[in-house]
Amino acid sequence: MSPSPDRVIERGEFDALFDALSRRGYTIVGPTIRDQAIVYDELRSSADLPIGWTDEQDGGHYRLRRRDDEALFGYAVGPQSWKRYQLPPDRRLWSARRDTRGALTDFEEPAGAMPRYAFLGARSCELHAMGILDRVLLHGRDSEPDEHPFVIAVNCGQAGGTCFCVSMGTGPVADRGYDLALTEVLEDGRHYFVVDVGTASGAEVLDDVTHAGAQADERRRAEEAHARARAQMGRELDTTGIKELLYRNYEHARWDDVADRCLTCGNCTMVCPTCFCTTVEDTTDLTGERVERHQRWDSCFTVDYSHINGGAVRSSTRSRYRQWMTHKLATWIDQFGSSGCVGCGRCITWCPVGIDITEEARAIRESDAGA
Amino acid sequence: MVTRSPAEPLAAEMIPAPFAVVSKRRETSDTWTLELEPAAGDELSFAPGQFTMLSRGGTGEVPISISGDPARPARLVHTVRAVGLATQAICATEPGDALGVRGPFGGAWPVEAAEGADVLVVSGGIGLAPLRPAIFALLARRARYGRLVLLYGGRSPGQLLYPAELDEWSARGLEIAVTVDSAGPEWLGHVGVVPRLVRRAAFDAGGVVALLCGPEVMMRFAAAVLIERGVAAERVYASMERNMQCGIGVCGHCQLGPTLVCRDGPVYRWDEIAPWLAIREL
Amino acid sequence: MRALDELIADSPVFAGLAPSHLQLVAGCARNEHVDAHTVLFRDGGSADRFFLIRSGAVALEIAAPGRDALVIGTLHEGDVVGWSWLFPPYRWHFDGRTTGPTGLIAFDGACLRGKCDADHELGYQLMQRFAASLIERLQATRLQLLDVYGHAIAG
Repeated sequence: MSPSPDRVIERGEFDALFDALSRRGYTIVGPTIRDQAIVYDELRSSADLPIGWTDEQDGGHYRLRRRDDEALFGYAVGPQSWKRYQLPPDRRLWSARRDTRGALTDFEEPAGAMPRYAFLGARSCELHAMGILDRVLLHGRDSEPDEHPFVIAVNCGQAGGTCFCVSMGTGPVADRGYDLALTEVLEDGRHYFVVDVGTASGAEVLDDVTHAGAQADERRRAEEAHARARAQMGRELDTTGIKELLYRNYEHARWDDVADRCLTCGNCTMVCPTCFCTTVEDTTDLTGERVERHQRWDSCFTVDYSHINGGAVRSSTRSRYRQWMTHKLATWIDQFGSSGCVGCGRCITWCPVGIDITEEARAIRESDAGA
Repeated sequence: MVTRSPAEPLAAEMIPAPFAVVSKRRETSDTWTLELEPAAGDELSFAPGQFTMLSRGGTGEVPISISGDPARPARLVHTVRAVGLATQAICATEPGDALGVRGPFGGAWPVEAAEGADVLVVSGGIGLAPLRPAIFALLARRARYGRLVLLYGGRSPGQLLYPAELDEWSARGLEIAVTVDSAGPEWLGHVGVVPRLVRRAAFDAGGVVALLCGPEVMMRFAAAVLIERGVAAERVYASMERNMQCGIGVCGHCQLGPTLVCRDGPVYRWDEIAPWLAIREL
Repeated sequence: MRALDELIADSPVFAGLAPSHLQLVAGCARNEHVDAHTVLFRDGGSADRFFLIRSGAVALEIAAPGRDALVIGTLHEGDVVGWSWLFPPYRWHFDGRTTGPTGLIAFDGACLRGKCDADHELGYQLMQRFAASLIERLQATRLQLLDVYGHAIAG
């Protein structure tokens, strides 16, 4: 990110930002309300945003509540993440014809150009998650600039009930992966956004929107918003030596404890922005002449996940929960060079029985077998 | 962040290359050795210990170790046990039928690194198949090694793989001991488990390199005997197996502790993998 | 031609026994050579002897009506064959048959039991060694029971 002086755009100019993106051919995706939750979908204007709404989150609890202001981004993250754009829930890899000898021919790639996306409202934790997923899926290669969507990040001015980005070093202020980063301010009778320009593309889009240089007091309001978010974290996770901590506690009694509560429903893996496991499935039509190969989201919580001849390696709930948590916080580091967790809190909120990864980690640390 | 839409062009690594079955030999009641040739394109060069993702169009893909001679890649050889839908379909093919192949994937047995030492090959059941390419490679450069020893265990005499080849290998300088779990009175060889053979095999414990492949229980107990006999764990190698979907390190299924079997294995150094194997249901 | 006590001391089971103890043990022993396919003992027979294999092999078999005998284990150079001489009713539990020409040291069970009763230190040394051998044999037998090749994932 090349450092550049912050700008300010007024709330009234927000739809100009939408226009600037649409004119450039971007499909804008951002938060909107559907089915009593804030999800990511295509947006046509600022009116589609959850204006004046906030979320109330805790273990196994998510409710939308009305705010007493008209903030566009006054909430944390919902059940969806941007993961579906890096790793579609169901992707046809190819289709082919099959002849009587079983040979596959005429491999067909899925047709159609990918929309040029502009992601509006990505939080810092989510930007870290995107980077983590890239490291897994690109397996080491660098991405090309034209593979990236346009990203307008939002720096959080308040934390969610299950957030712990501060513990994970992933927020609340965006430090990577954005073209523009906004901090929303509603103070002193005004409603404006302090804009951090991250890239030349960001600057170019911003030029189509009326903006001014940020004044000192406006920058201060933005920093106060960030500090508020930092201070409000709903959860904490001590990451000191966490890899070694979990590596020496594979037989900790806590795993039995959580196994009594875990339903192996896999919600955590679905909502987690970095869970990347997929299954590869070949299917044929009724005639057997057309074959398709699909890549689909999978979850390590299923018994089938670890199946090899004769049975599943991880058949107990205990082993499957342990796999998920130790992967997320420990083995991921050895496999991919960073933690797999960004502290977004989704797994806590969307667990039907409210299992809390930070609480499980704390319990193990407090009675560390090898300490 | 790299986006992939559902409509994005596929990854070339996920398209199987077309191969045709050239010959098929039944090894045991449920195991066949298939020899394949590419239907188009290049022969598949590989290192001993590597595997491919093998499929019979439309019935699913499975990771199968390559069991042929790496010096003769014109024929791709796989020994397959029919245990599920995909492997049953593969084993039901006849010469002329097509199979899809992706790969080769994974790391190799340390055949070159073992030069100058004794090499002890310890195998059980179908575990001999992933070691067969290593045996070919060792015998091709026989003079560069000390003693070459093969210990091989199977369920019963009728369930042993490659019986004719064992005699050929023996003639070329591979000392072989075979054991079975049970047998009729006509069997004049060992009856008992492979670790018992490891206990009495003759090799230089200080210098030997051991290559292990077979059921995990067999490998654990065989390795324990080797270490008891003074072999360093860094000189023992084992081939591991886990569920695999992609073979290229992106689907997550083959995780074995901090490693991915398709990428960091399937051949592992025993000192690195043993602590993880001690954890039940890892 | 080496002395019997030296031959006995060669084997892992008796290695390290004090020379005086080796002499006592050798006093109950006899060197034998047996042809291939010799039945050394039968299930139910009187277990008045046990053996140490010096060369060759012995197959342990179980007979069942209507089927071939099943070999459930083979013992080889250095192995002790037979434990039924240790405790009443002193009856063999399997059939034992050599699979090739075999060199054995045969021990008189009653003779050795008597010497152990008279010299408890000898008795303790021998029981320790036999126990170690039995444990190794038991563990191997348990592994055999797993039928690991029947289900590739077993364990």
